[in-house]
Order: sequence, then structure tokens, then C-alpha cells
Amino acid sequence: MRSFLYLCTALAVIALAAWAYRENHMTQQAMNERRALEREIALLEETIRIQRAEWAYLNRPDRLRELVDLNFAQLKLVPITGAHFGEIGQIVYPLPAPRAEISDAIEVYGDIEQLSAPAEQQEQTR
Amino acid sequence: MIRTPLRPLARILKARASGENPDHIEQENLRLRREAARDGARNRAEGRLLALSLLFMAAFVVLGARMGLLAATSPLELSRGISEDISGARADIVDRHGRVLATNLATHALYAETRRMVDPVRAAHELAHIFPDIDGTRMAARFTDPNRRFIWIRTRLSPEQMQAVHDIGEPGLMFGPREMRLYPNGRMAAHVLGGASFGQQGVRAAEIIGIAGVELYHEDRLRDPDQADQPLELALDLSVQAAVTEVLEGGKHMLNARGATAVLMDVHTGEVISLVSLPDFDPNNRPPPPTEGEPADSPLFNRAVQGYYELGSVMKAFAVAQGLDMGEVTPATMIDTRGPLTFGRFRIRDFRNYGPQLSVTDVMVKSSNIGTARIMQPIGATAQREFLDRFGFLDSMPLELSEARRARPLLPDRWSELSVMTISYGHGMSTSPLALAAGYATLVNGGRKIAPTLLKQDQVQPGAQIISQRTSDQMKLMLHQVVQEGTASFARIPGYPVGGKTGSADKPGPRGGYMDDAVLATFASVFPSHAPRFALVVTLDEPVDTTGPEPRRTAGWTAVPVSAEIIRRVGPLLGLRPVSLDVANARFEQGH
Repeated sequence: MRSFLYLCTALAVIALAAWAYRENHMTQQAMNERRALEREIALLEETIRIQRAEWAYLNRPDRLRELVDLNFAQLKLVPITGAHFGEIGQIVYPLPAPRAEISDAIEVYGDIEQLSAPAEQQEQTR
Repeated sequence: MIRTPLRPLARILKARASGENPDHIEQENLRLRREAARDGARNRAEGRLLALSLLFMAAFVVLGARMGLLAATSPLELSRGISEDISGARADIVDRHGRVLATNLATHALYAETRRMVDPVRAAHELAHIFPDIDGTRMAARFTDPNRRFIWIRTRLSPEQMQAVHDIGEPGLMFGPREMRLYPNGRMAAHVLGGASFGQQGVRAAEIIGIAGVELYHEDRLRDPDQADQPLELALDLSVQAAVTEVLEGGKHMLNARGATAVLMDVHTGEVISLVSLPDFDPNNRPPPPTEGEPADSPLFNRAVQGYYELGSVMKAFAVAQGLDMGEVTPATMIDTRGPLTFGRFRIRDFRNYGPQLSVTDVMVKSSNIGTARIMQPIGATAQREFLDRFGFLDSMPLELSEARRARPLLPDRWSELSVMTISYGHGMSTSPLALAAGYATLVNGGRKIAPTLLKQDQVQPGAQIISQRTSDQMKLMLHQVVQEGTASFARIPGYPVGGKTGSADKPGPRGGYMDDAVLATFASVFPSHAPRFALVVTLDEPVDTTGPEPRRTAGWTAVPVSAEIIRRVGPLLGLRPVSLDVANARFEQGH
């Protein structure tokens, strides 16, 4: 009985040791991953900042003004002034949707064959 | 402890006498002694076991607690990189809509470790090819100098330059990571931002320190590592600033002015929406401070904040406001304007003769020096001083710029009765355009004091009441009338009713007295005039309008058209809907 207990304990210790060993390695691996991720995050953040700076640089007012002047022929952009504001009354109401005109003939689209109904039905409708 | 003998003589003799075996006594004592030893050993072993188990317990508790703590805390990204004493981190500066005004950019510095160099002479000449300002022979001499081991070559490199240096293939040329301050908008808002340069330099990093403007004033906030992720939000609006700069630059060129400045301020919060001073500079490449000539001509000089000048008639608004506020006059009171008004050997004249008398409103509208002098005469020096002090004209402006705190107005040494009269029309006391904008904001915002600020404000506590609401309403109408009937007729722009007051002050000459042909033209305006939201001060230094038959220098011909164009451009950008003049007039009639 006692030797069985000893055996159990020894096995438990071995199992725990193996588990701890595994955990240790997993932790180290996770830390390596974390370091790699941090490096990547730092790099991405740096890139974002460069992009932001570049975006601000490309959108600087001087350059936008030059672009507007260059492309005046196509875009015709002018500085906004008071004259560009409108009254709500100046907005045109949407016109009523044009009603389809009713003509005598029934206008249909598609294959003619499918429309050829049985003869008696045609007579009934007449 | 006295050890008990195994065969105590007394007991043995006694036992022998009674015929017992004395060996029993010895065995008995031996047994007792062994028992005592056994008890002692057990106690010691038990104590050790207890201590050991406590130790293990403690260890497990600590481990368990630590694990629990780790499991309970939210995952946190550990600080990256090496925490060095020298850090280049610095928070961004953005405008009120989050557009970047100043940011940090990663770049590299170039240095040389001469002991690692393979071919220093060739490297020096290759460097001279890449950087035209490097002298190859001198650099080679420095590289081969046996006393030097470490040489800084460049503080920042562009990626192309870095690649070119890489291509030299010299192992002794090294790159150190650097943060660089970048102002992507170039000259825009240069005087507000100021500039930055490198402080302490290490191989791995270099400090960035502000040297002027907001960068210097908010140095601690910008360098604070806890707030490095949060940008500093300014009250400036980049698009408004760009429009104001463009118009002002055009006006300055057309009118041949030496300098120009504009301050646009929210009259209720004191937020400075735009602050332009021309000539300006590029903060990415800040010029060195001037060593000769007048400091005011340097591009570094912030005219809006540091430029304290006698601004002339724009100050009349404050004299009239004081008269109204103290109940000395009403807008309809007639003032004697027969000139010239002599005081001792000093004569006060008007631009032209306006007849024997004018109403207070007309004194403003026609800008009569004699009229304001007569209004202020009975009020006196003490009251005038106290009144101007309440507006903040006697002190430096509390703006968040390092330059603002150092600039102070020039005041008369002795505030005499003559000073009272000259100050009433803006001579004898110097004022900066910024202080003037803040003063006009108070005149029209219901009479409340505002603190001009460059930082975006979410909520502003209303300041102290300086003049009454009634006076403020009367001033609004008068400023409106100056534009509609008086000296600032060019400021009548469709959609945006403007109120304001012109001022054309002769500049003081280098040898005392005033110059005849050098004028400082100022237009202080508020818009929309019936319910003002913004105050704009435009000052032009020595402008001349040469479109007419004779050169015109007064503000009405120079500062007013420029201001009008600015308001026409920025009104929509500030979110103001245009209103017709009838609406504004109707509002004024309702109020009176």
C-alpha cells in the first residue's frame, strides 16, 4: 500500500515537472512572440506617423492652392464666399414622377412565343 | 544545567541499606535521560518541519497571489524600446479640427567613428559629393586626426541621403536614430508654433526642445511622456489661417507695406482662430535671430503679439465706451469740435474740419480727435487709467506664447491731462494688435472680459463684467455706423455686416516726432455687426495705395479693404451664414 502511494507521488512529481517544463517553454515562446509583436507595433506606429506627416504635408494649404490653380480648367474651384449660400426656398421641390402614358396597345417585352395563350382564353378576353 | 549523575550516592546508599539492587537506580536514570533526549530531538524536528512547511506555504501563497494578480490585471503593453535619459518623444500639435501643425518624424543622424574607418580620405570626399556644403579636404583632415574618435557629421538625413551614405560602404560611418520636428504646413502659423531644435544629443536619441512660440511655452506639456500620445490642440483653424495669410500677403504686396499682421479672435471665448504676422519664416528652418537692423523688421518678430505701437484712432472706441459707461454722455450728446483744441503749447487737430459740433456717434463715425479729447477731458487720468487697466491694456497679454509675456506696452511716464487727451485718440500709449482684438471683443460681447488663448477651449466661464451690456449694445451700433456711414466704407460686404473702427497713426520717427509719410494703418472690426462673434484686427506697416492720383495712406484705403477681403473669405469658413444688411439693421432697431 505504502509503495503504491510512493509510486503515485513519484509519478505525480514527474508529471508536474513535465508540465512546469512545458509551461516554462510556452511562456518563453509567448514572450518572444510579444517582443516580435511589439517591434511590429512600433514599426507600424512609426509608419502611421510618417503617413500622417506625409498626409499633412500633401494637404498643406499652399499645395492645395497650387493644385486648384493648376486644375482650374477642369474643376473650376473658387474660394467659398457668402454668395455660395442659398436659402431653403431656393431649393426646387422634386418634380412628381412622370406618369407613364397609357396607349391602346399593350406594350410587352420578351419572347412572343410565351405570350401566346390558349385559344379559348383569347376568345374569352375578347 | 547540572547533569544528574547516573548513580547518585545518597540514593545508592539508601538502596543498599534497604537491600535493593542499586543497578535499578542507574537503569532508571538512564531511561529518564534517554527519554529527555528523545523529547528534545522530536521537538527540534517538529519545529524544523513547521518552519519548512511555513516557508513552503509562504512561497506558494506568494506564487499564487502573483498568478492571481497577473490573471486579474488587464493585459498591458509593456513599454517598448530602451528607456533612456534622453528622449526625443514630443507630442504633436494640431489645429482645432485635428489637422497636424507639428509632428515628429523618425530620421537618422550621421556620425563617424574614425577608428573603424577603412579609407577615411575617400569617405570624406564621397561625403562631400553627397552634401555640397561639406568640404572634402577639411573633412578628411578631421577623419584622420588621431585625437578624434567620434565626429558628428549631420543631425538629420533624408532617406535618399542615407542610402547614398550607405553606398559609400564605409563601416566607420554610422547612423543614429533621431526624431525630427516637422511642420508640414511650412510657413503657415510660423509665429504661433515658433520652432524646435535639438537639445542634448546621444548616439541613440536626441532631445527636441522648443525654442519659441507654443513649442517653448508648452515645453513641459509636450515633453511629458504620459501625454506624448495626446496632441496639443490649438484654437487655430488651419483653413482660416491659410485664407487670412493669403489675403494679407496679397494686401501687403499691393500696398507695398513693410509688414502686416492680422488677429482673428472669438469674442466670447477669447480663442485666437488665426494669428498672422508678415514677413514670416519657415519653422522647419528657423532663421537665426537678427544681429543688426531694427528687430521689428526680422521675420522672427511677431507683430501681432510683440508689436506694441501707437495705433491711433482705433482707441477712440474705448474713450467713447468709457464716456457712455460712466454716463457722462449718450450717443446723441453734442460735443464741441471747434478746432484746433489747444492745451498749453500742444494743439489737437482733426483730419479735416467737421464743423462746430458733432454727436458722440458722429465723433466715432467721422473719427474726430477733438471730439474724443473733449469726451475724456472731464473724466480724467485716474479713471482713464483704471478703465484701460480693466481691459488689460496696461500689462502684457496673457497669451500662451513665450514672446507675449516679454512684450509690454509703453505707457506715459506721467499720466497728465494732456496724456488723457492724446490717449483718447490712440497716441501716447502703445498697444499690440492682439490686445486691441481682445479689447474689441470685450466691447461687443456684452462687456465681459476675455482672456485671449491659443488653446482650444471646450467651455469658458464668462469673465468679469467690464462695461455694461447697454454700453456694449451702443458700441455695437456705433461700430456698425462707422462702416455704413463713416471712414470704413470699404468694409461693406454683401452678406456679412461688419462693424469696426479705423486708425491711421503716424509712425514715430527715429529722432523723435512723427513721420509724415509713414503710417501704421489699423482696422479693428467685429462681425457680424448685429451679433458679433469674431473680432478681427488688421494692421499694415507703412502701406501706400498708389492706384489714385495721389498716394493714400489712411486705414480706410489700406487696412479696411484688406480686412473686408479677409472677412469675405473667412466668414463661410467660420460657419457664418450670410445675412442681408436689412436683417442687421432690423436687429439694431429692435434693440433700441
